Amino acid sequence: MNPDPHNYYLIAAYLAAWVIHGAYLGILVRKYQKIRREMKTLEKQGGQ
Amino acid sequence: MKRGITILAVVTSILLCVALYLALAQPDWPFGTPTERTMGYVQRIFYYHVPSAWTAFLLFFVNLGASIVYLVRRSEKADIVALVSAEVGVVFCTVVLVTGPIWAKPVWGIWWDADDIRLQSTLVMWLVYVSYLILRRLSTSSVTAVIAAVVSILGALLVPFVFFSIWFYRTQHPSPVIAHGGSLDPRMAVVLLVNWAAFLSLAGLVCWTRYRLEVAKREVDETQALESLMETSR
Amino acid sequence: MSFFSIARATLEKDIRLEWRSKDAINAMLYFALLVVVIFSHSFDPTAEESRRIAGGLVWVAFLFAAVVALNQTWARELRNQVLDAYRVSPAPATPLFLAKSLGNFLFVVALEALMTPLFIVFYNLRAVGPAWQLIPIAVFGTWAIVVNGTFFAAISVRTRNREIMLPLLLFPFSIPAMMGVVNATSAVLTGEYSARVWIAMLLAYDVVFTVAGLYLFESILDAE
Repeated sequence: MNPDPHNYYLIAAYLAAWVIHGAYLGILVRKYQKIRREMKTLEKQGGQ
Repeated sequence: MKRGITILAVVTSILLCVALYLALAQPDWPFGTPTERTMGYVQRIFYYHVPSAWTAFLLFFVNLGASIVYLVRRSEKADIVALVSAEVGVVFCTVVLVTGPIWAKPVWGIWWDADDIRLQSTLVMWLVYVSYLILRRLSTSSVTAVIAAVVSILGALLVPFVFFSIWFYRTQHPSPVIAHGGSLDPRMAVVLLVNWAAFLSLAGLVCWTRYRLEVAKREVDETQALESLMETSR
Repeated sequence: MSFFSIARATLEKDIRLEWRSKDAINAMLYFALLVVVIFSHSFDPTAEESRRIAGGLVWVAFLFAAVVALNQTWARELRNQVLDAYRVSPAPATPLFLAKSLGNFLFVVALEALMTPLFIVFYNLRAVGPAWQLIPIAVFGTWAIVVNGTFFAAISVRTRNREIMLPLLLFPFSIPAMMGVVNATSAVLTGEYSARVWIAMLLAYDVVFTVAGLYLFESILDAE
């Protein structure tokens, strides 16, 4: 790649885009884990 | 269902990798992309900025449609689609608003151009939809769907006024000419479209996942509510 | 009962109630004065500069005062569970929305009428352009804020953090209206360009959002 200092901006932009998408996907993963936990709790309760 | 998501995930990954390669490839590499003459290599931010904007607006449009369907039919599926499209739309819109200034600074020397109609309108829509999501989070669950649908429709009515006010302001206060022009080489157009396809695929994948997550969440909430009802009646 | 008789009855009731709770009115008027003083200490421009920025300053101050006023009027409704009474009554929701908006409009205009001379004094303001245009600007601009403010205040009633939800919804929606009203006011104060198109845009904005509000208010109120 060119040693042009402007390239830092390019990298920053692409990185930022992926960080934003990654953060949202991370939130989705946490939500999914929470639901799995709750479903397990409900199954146990239903079994009683 | 599960097979469908896996296939989409694979397709998305492939598209994203291809799109990324094309966006960054030097003109002399195989399938390389020409570098823009005036702006230089940094112009390639455009391949992420523009398709993200198109995707965000498409998602907001879907939200509007789902909101109207909800108000007419009161279908829960429509409400979930509205929620999902708003969330994912805000994510893509955030990317647009972050990559925009990062592109503007090296190319035009300023982070934010108050007269840029598109960036300003995008900001207003982002604000409207963030408030929409907060409203959904904070409202009483039985009324959330209706209230959110109404706000979505009002948001759509706002758009022409946002465009007009900024456009007219520019005619009264001509700003230093900041040309957003620049030629669009057909090879660059192809790279743009490939990136758009990749982001659309990503949006579809994330929306589908979020939709199923929401359906599961509502089922769990309902079951929990029923359980606690039965507890108290014992 | 007809549309207008319901609207008028509601409006009269609101005005009477406000008038009786003089403490609240006096507190709001004093609040208006305080806002102007804070602004005048924070932004201390020369006479030439002040004509350019006064439009923005004044209308931002009005917007914040309007939010406080709107939160007040709905808080009173809630304390007495008036909203539930409206929902149970056979009267349609639309005249209720119009009456509430009008009541809020009169309240906010009263605040503006107090704040304006104070701003003129503190900033030594003088209109270079056609000063009569400030009247339609104030009317259309205030209605733009109030009609959406009343609608969103009704929505906020159904949320957990009522007071913060109102500005969160109102501010993004008010952006074009604020551009219109600020630019129109600056146009009149500086006399450098015409406010006509902005006034027309404000009128269009008012029409669109008033009609939309009237049409959608029933859905909000009846949401169960």
